[in-house]
Amino acid sequence: MDDTIAAVSTAPGAAGIGIIRISGPEAEKIADRVFTSKRGAKLKDRPSYTITFGIIVDEDGKPIDEALALVMRGPSSFTGEDVVELHCHGGMCLLQRILELVLKAGARMAEPGEFSKRAFLNGKLDLTRAEAIMDVISAKTVDAVKAAARNLRGAVYDEIKAIKDQIMEYIAHLEADIDFPEEDFARQDNERMVQGLIEMGERINELLKTYDSGRIIKYGLKTVLTGRPNVGKSSLLNALLKERRAIVTDIPGTTRDTIEEYYNLGGIPLVLIDTAGLRETKDEVERLGVEKAKEVAEEADLILYVIDASEGITEGDLELIKGFPADKMLVVLNKIDLLDENTEEKEIADDLPGYHVLHISAKKGIGLRDLEETIRQMVFRHGFQAGDGPMINNIRQKDALEKSLQALAAAREGIQKGTPSDLVAIDLRQAWMNLGEITGETLDESIIDAIFSRFCLGK
Amino acid sequence: MGYEAGSYDCIVVGAGHAGCEAALAAARLGCRTLIVTLNMENIGLMPCNPSIGGPAKGHLVREIDALGGEMGKNIDETYIQIRLLNTGKGPAVYALRAQADKQAYGRRMTRVLQSQANLDVKQLLVERLLVNPRGEIEGIETETGAVYRAKTVILCTGTYLRGRIIIGEVSYQGGPNGQRAAIKLSESMKQLGIELGRFKTGTPARVDARTVRLEDMSVQPGDEEHEYFSFMTESGRKINIPCYLTYTNERTHEIIRNNLHRSPLYTGKIEGTGPRYCPSIEDKVVRFSDRERHQIFLEPEGLDTCEMYVQGMSSSLPEEVQQAFLRTVKGMENVEIMRTGYAIEYDYVIPTQLKLSLEMKNIPGLFCAGQINGSSGYEEAAAQGLMAGINAAMKVKGKEPLVLKRSEAYIGVLIDDLVTKGTNEPYRLMTSRAEYRLLLRQDNADLRLTDIGWKIGLVTRERYEKYLAKRRLLETELQRLKKTMASPTDQRIEGLLNRKGSPPLRQGITLYDLLRRAEIEYQDLQGIGLGDELPLDVVKQINIQIKYEGYIEKQLAQAVKFERLENKRLPEDLPYEEIKGLSTEARQKLAKLKPQSIGQASRVSGVSPADISVLLVYLEQKRRKESHE
Repeated sequence: MDDTIAAVSTAPGAAGIGIIRISGPEAEKIADRVFTSKRGAKLKDRPSYTITFGIIVDEDGKPIDEALALVMRGPSSFTGEDVVELHCHGGMCLLQRILELVLKAGARMAEPGEFSKRAFLNGKLDLTRAEAIMDVISAKTVDAVKAAARNLRGAVYDEIKAIKDQIMEYIAHLEADIDFPEEDFARQDNERMVQGLIEMGERINELLKTYDSGRIIKYGLKTVLTGRPNVGKSSLLNALLKERRAIVTDIPGTTRDTIEEYYNLGGIPLVLIDTAGLRETKDEVERLGVEKAKEVAEEADLILYVIDASEGITEGDLELIKGFPADKMLVVLNKIDLLDENTEEKEIADDLPGYHVLHISAKKGIGLRDLEETIRQMVFRHGFQAGDGPMINNIRQKDALEKSLQALAAAREGIQKGTPSDLVAIDLRQAWMNLGEITGETLDESIIDAIFSRFCLGK
Repeated sequence: MGYEAGSYDCIVVGAGHAGCEAALAAARLGCRTLIVTLNMENIGLMPCNPSIGGPAKGHLVREIDALGGEMGKNIDETYIQIRLLNTGKGPAVYALRAQADKQAYGRRMTRVLQSQANLDVKQLLVERLLVNPRGEIEGIETETGAVYRAKTVILCTGTYLRGRIIIGEVSYQGGPNGQRAAIKLSESMKQLGIELGRFKTGTPARVDARTVRLEDMSVQPGDEEHEYFSFMTESGRKINIPCYLTYTNERTHEIIRNNLHRSPLYTGKIEGTGPRYCPSIEDKVVRFSDRERHQIFLEPEGLDTCEMYVQGMSSSLPEEVQQAFLRTVKGMENVEIMRTGYAIEYDYVIPTQLKLSLEMKNIPGLFCAGQINGSSGYEEAAAQGLMAGINAAMKVKGKEPLVLKRSEAYIGVLIDDLVTKGTNEPYRLMTSRAEYRLLLRQDNADLRLTDIGWKIGLVTRERYEKYLAKRRLLETELQRLKKTMASPTDQRIEGLLNRKGSPPLRQGITLYDLLRRAEIEYQDLQGIGLGDELPLDVVKQINIQIKYEGYIEKQLAQAVKFERLENKRLPEDLPYEEIKGLSTEARQKLAKLKPQSIGQASRVSGVSPADISVLLVYLEQKRRKESHE
């Protein structure tokens, strides 16, 4: 109970506000890293049981939400430890993003029931509730890990295991060389090991990409709908709405103009972000600008760029479209019902090699199925289907993969810099343990077994 | 039938590496102590390889020394070669290893025992343990009927318990190296309810150096510049006798394969489990059949003998087969065997019956140390012996036992592994078993443990003062380095950086930060007049502490976390059967093992983190209930 934990404490789904709770000795320090008060006061200097108004900022100091921070110092808090609650605007995407920032700032993702467990251990909960809590605790932790491992069937599980085994291979080589320096066996070649570590890093990165698919299924596809005025953005939206009932609509934030809308697009929850332009009449393209486009592109999973096919594409359109990465961009040529020849369509597609270009008529309902299918293909480009299961959709797994990636990178740098092998082994062990968290395995005897099953050692 | 022969605070059974450390520790801590051996000529005997140290083992010897044990000093005075291994691999795994003059080693240890105050040394065979009606140890009875009474007894019987020697089709009762076995003691232990297991180990033939052409082999000398095991050793023996390297070949393997049907390992004559890290040559040939050759080291057994130990050729094949395959090796075509290689089977105590103090959970006052606990290796034995000796003395004095943590010493890792996890093969310590390897370096064993040894009372004033002086030098100099600035315009520094291919300074930094650069060593500062004249071990310590600070800090933080769970004590009488929420397996294992802390409980196989949470909750409930009453 010496580390600091954090989790979203409000139920998932759309709500007016969402709360992220941080508990532990570093709670205030961590909160101060992601929260800047309007008056510049640090949370750690605020008296207990006070509310501070401010903004949540990301790693680069960019504001991402307004929030209230509630400081409650131990022992007078729910858990009995120092607690900071960040009351943010609702919406799972936003909360998820803020939670990620909090975790990056040094907190650990709370286990299920862990706040209650801490509360109990610190004597904050009545004894009569102890048994219920014990049930919770014993049902979670290891079982939860095992269940998560079971859920990770098929390709992803096998992949993680394969990477883990290769790391173990390297560890066994290094450790055998350390513990049996005079034995006669082939040492691992440094260059090959570096190459192997690079490849493993790439494989983990591929796995991390599946987190996007998994996350999208769970929290929605962040979509930007944009284009010049009067190209038919609203009618496209309406057409999509007609086709698929919106599962949640219009949850305006209380202090910002951003609207998050959820649509169910053939099973994919679609979240429209930054749609303010839809209601404006002035030239959206100019307002957006290339700089802004980059910023949006970074956050969005999908950009629908709508063009009036009857008017054709402008230089401004082209410049802007090319400012977005092709794999996130879907160019929608609307109003094709007003066209009578095909040549012009081709030209537009030719101007945008590598970009997805689709022709629809929102008004007449032409090409909407294609649109849906294309979005689906773009989103699941890593080969995963919704409902198939084997995806990283859990922030804990993502966390573990990222940590493992860091440790592998440290090991690689170490080898390249000529760092002694026992230190390289420390990083490799760390990488293995991070992956082991996902598959529910611990290092312990594994190393010793690996050493002796591979090498002929001994006097 | 028996007669009363005497009474002691502590009786140590066996005078091998565990027994010697145990008896010396107990006697030095003021206990009236008796050590008994089957053969007075075999005190401190090395029945297997003639060397001490190596990875993890060398670390153990340094730790034994820092706590006031004898092994480090004994080998420093009797080595014939010394080498620092692993020097290219980082300071945590540097490992000192010495070739010993076996006879000299044993002779010196005999002298130390026989000149130790409070310590009687006797040759006799123990047949029975005596326990009082309360189930506490009371003493021993010998084969001649002598009864010695004691408050504590430490069993250090090595491989002698129901020992059986096997050479091909031949097998007979016996201890190592032609000694007697201790047959009846095993029975007596079983009657007291002690659970025994059976292990096997082996040793290669010793050959006559006069019949070997060493010039056909490659020479393996020791280091010219020596480090020593003991903190107290100022200068060494100036002896550097080489070992020799040669290889088996296809003909060797063929002879072995053709005679496998005569190997007791494959005929089922051997039931005990052998160690994976010490396979016999027949095992290696079978398991790694793709290997064209295996290496063999010929190691001299001492200055006053022609015997050479054939490392890598441990075997229990028949004598004539051993002779035949040895003669296929280059340089050994005419070799004569002086002692035949053999396998030995022996009883050991299932170590999970012990507390971390090495006292039996069910028989207060009875301690076990060394190979009897399922370990192997002289160093592992000595480390346990030292701790058992200390803790028997603590028991006699009515004090708390000394238990070293896994984050504190390799000794802690060794004993915790044995006692908590048990072992299904003779246990060898390896650096890869330590979670906090970077903290448990051989270079800082003195800094880690001398204080503890001093508090216990084993460290002499002379050693303690020498240690304090070293620590003072080190701390003062580290402070100075942190405060002293290196200026970018200082020509001495410019020149040094230039010579070392190190980027020039852009602004002033402390000398401490300058030393973080991999290519700059403290010695370089000394060279340009910015360092002090300091003893070499202090200089080395400064380099290591500064260069690896990042990694060391990381492990220190982990160790602090770890220790918190270690410090949460579990009462011995915890009613595990009644604790709701524990898994059935955890409940049974914990009830049997009675771990002493939450940390130890978490390492018991079959105990999950969920079980640990349940235990924590239970303890808290209990605490609150008690504070309400």
